[in-house]
Amino acid sequence: MDSGMAQEPPASLEGREAARAGLSPREIVIRYGFLLLLAGLIVFFSLATRGFASPQAAVFILQSVSITGILALGVTATLVVGGFDLSIGSIATSAMMAAAYAMVVMEQNALVAVLICLAIGALVGLINGLIICYMRVPDLLATLGMMFLLIGLQRIPTEGRSIAAGMTLPDGSTAEGTFSPAFLALGRHRFDVIIPDLVPSSVVVLIVLAVVIWFFLEYTRFGRMMYAVGSNPRAAEFAGAPVKAYKIWAYVISGVFASIGGILLAARLGRGDIASGNNLLLDAVAAALIGFAVLGAAKPNAFGTAVGALFVGVLLQGLTMMNVPYYTQDFIKGAVLVIALVFTFSLLGRNGR
Amino acid sequence: MAESPVFRIAGLAKSFSSNEVLRGISLELRAGEVTALLGANGAGKSTLVKIMSGVYQADSGEMTLGERPFAPATPAEAMRAGVVTVHQNIDDGVVGSLDVATNLVLDRLSGKGASIFFNPRRVRRTALEVAGRMGLDLDLTADVTELPLADRQMVAIARAMAHEPKVMILDEPTSSLSAHEAARLFELIDRLRARGVAILYISHRMSDIRRLADRIVSLRDGQIVGLFESRPLDYEGAVNAMLGRTLRQGSVVSQAATHPIFRAEGLQLVPGARPFSLTLGAGEVVAVTGLVGVGKTRLAEMLFGIHRPVAGTMELAGSPYTPRNPADAIRQGVFLVAKDRARTGIVPDFNIYQNMSLPFLPRFSPLSLINRRAERAAAKEQIGSLRIVCRSERDDLATLSGGNQQKVMVARWLSQPSRMLILDEPFQGVDIAARHDIAAKLRESAADRATLIFLTELDEALETADRILVMSEHTIVGEHRNAQIDMDRLLAEVAGAGRPTLSEVPAHG
Repeated sequence: MDSGMAQEPPASLEGREAARAGLSPREIVIRYGFLLLLAGLIVFFSLATRGFASPQAAVFILQSVSITGILALGVTATLVVGGFDLSIGSIATSAMMAAAYAMVVMEQNALVAVLICLAIGALVGLINGLIICYMRVPDLLATLGMMFLLIGLQRIPTEGRSIAAGMTLPDGSTAEGTFSPAFLALGRHRFDVIIPDLVPSSVVVLIVLAVVIWFFLEYTRFGRMMYAVGSNPRAAEFAGAPVKAYKIWAYVISGVFASIGGILLAARLGRGDIASGNNLLLDAVAAALIGFAVLGAAKPNAFGTAVGALFVGVLLQGLTMMNVPYYTQDFIKGAVLVIALVFTFSLLGRNGR
Repeated sequence: MAESPVFRIAGLAKSFSSNEVLRGISLELRAGEVTALLGANGAGKSTLVKIMSGVYQADSGEMTLGERPFAPATPAEAMRAGVVTVHQNIDDGVVGSLDVATNLVLDRLSGKGASIFFNPRRVRRTALEVAGRMGLDLDLTADVTELPLADRQMVAIARAMAHEPKVMILDEPTSSLSAHEAARLFELIDRLRARGVAILYISHRMSDIRRLADRIVSLRDGQIVGLFESRPLDYEGAVNAMLGRTLRQGSVVSQAATHPIFRAEGLQLVPGARPFSLTLGAGEVVAVTGLVGVGKTRLAEMLFGIHRPVAGTMELAGSPYTPRNPADAIRQGVFLVAKDRARTGIVPDFNIYQNMSLPFLPRFSPLSLINRRAERAAAKEQIGSLRIVCRSERDDLATLSGGNQQKVMVARWLSQPSRMLILDEPFQGVDIAARHDIAAKLRESAADRATLIFLTELDEALETADRILVMSEHTIVGEHRNAQIDMDRLLAEVAGAGRPTLSEVPAHG
């Protein structure tokens, strides 16, 4: 898809380069536009509503985006290698159901439940990667199929019911297990940061994972090679990269991140709710795609993804505090996504797709 | 020959931001003449072509076609007015998923007054007509994607012919054609010329220009610096005007290998091909030449572990060499500067230093953490030694001209020592100055490795190599030491048994 690159007239490219030498207003808009917009939103909501500019509100926003943010960081990894993962939402809900099943029905402890979830995420990611790389199924279709499969699969063990302590099992008996307190703490514990009980553990997990994946993508050989694979797989292969292995790893990362999101979701809800997590996929994908526009990157990047998630969170929280009805939320999210994509692909136009 | 100018350009200027690309071009094209346009990469050729074909609009200056002003807003408008362009990028000229017949008549299908209904039979009939006029001997029902590159180019050109153009612009049309196909194209250009079409012919190949040009225009830094029309045409003068300096005709002092590095016995490239043997030594530069499609790329990629040989054994520095994949080949010190850098070389999202270090990242990343300072230092060194024109090693590859992009690709593989360096058409789409820089660097650094260059252009091989091998029908059919070449024998080998001979002998070298 990039074969036209080298054939572009040197003249026009030199022109573009000349434009970059000093930062023109257009360049500033491209690089910092989204960050400025985010800062502007925060200032606006702080002035327009009471209580927006408080540590509690900030933490609330972070908490509201923590799970989708984690999923978005995972899908960023697949975007980096030129793929896409539509199964993240269903991996997260499957992990949630698995955690609940492990503790409530199988009466296992928190550690076992967490390990089961992570294993499920890794396994599904691995299968996605194998199907895409070796069966040559296009990434969107393979992960779409996996999404349907998982949505169906997670209902089978309980015959379609949600899982909660004391539920009636399909054979008529009552489930003896409960969510262990240690597990619930993953979703509910709050750390003291200046103010007691301020930062929820899910926010800590989000920040840690964001830093880890950012560092991984930007500063390690593995991350650099993943970008090479996504930008021109054939060139990466001719430079000695095991292209398929990198792609498969990206899906494994995505699967594991999604399952971490699922663990936090289960811990927050304290039950395996069959109906929850409907919005996870859309919100996460939107955050990752909005991330393309941050700092004029025009490519998937961890920092942009985190900012993208935050942007959506700030916007929704601010509007909610201004009494904008909840049912407009999806519309607003969609509009932000479309604008960000238009911004990325028309204004930056770097890849000329 | 007709003398009236059909197409006139006066004072054409174009800038991109602060960068003046064209600074007042004035040029006339006359009916029934081939005007060759010579210019190094970045001289402004592509921009001029794009203005003439309606892709860009000029900032100032005017164009006249016949007696009327000509200022096309879109390529389609230029085409309808009778100015037709065949672009260098072949896939721009064809629609891959359609068959040959549909491609040939595509513009009529979408043009004004086209029928709403698609009549396959009429398409076939018109296509046959077009193909016949072009002397195109192709299966009209084949999908264009199934055709080799050269045939695709022929389809693109035939398609342009269907417009009965008044002015035809050919932008490096022979860059992927074999000598035989190029000869067919030249015959067709002769026919067009006889019919009174004004032709603007852009090429780096002097042999094309010697064969076709009635006059030569040299372009440098967005200005016309030379117009040559008195007979005999002053080819040397035109090249010198384009470069702005006189190039020394690099006569190779043939070096002998110091010790053998690579040896292949009974190597068979494809089933049915004749096996051959090959020995390459340290300190020599060996060129493999031959027509398009005789297996040069196949051999290059096989040595790099992308394909397996059908039969035969290979040895590298005394031990058996059976690369499983490029990574394996690189580990053993065999590097390939692959053909078609946009597809197989360049990572477009990466800057210069990231592109250079790509295959050697492990060496730049202890504990898997990338040492950017070391990467950049290594890139800077290469930029200096290959004279890559850029602002810094952090420039995106897309901001470089074609010649400099190619230098980056060569620099990538020169940045670490190799046992055997293979280059597949390293001079494709590269201007003469950059070609000389690359060739000189290759020769200068060749002492400790075997260097194997695959070149379709004989001139380039004569200019670069100590030893020349000739390939035909997936095997090696001849070997020559440069400086004592029996040109007749070499050309006969290139042409192969029962194949048409080359249309002409390169006149210099």
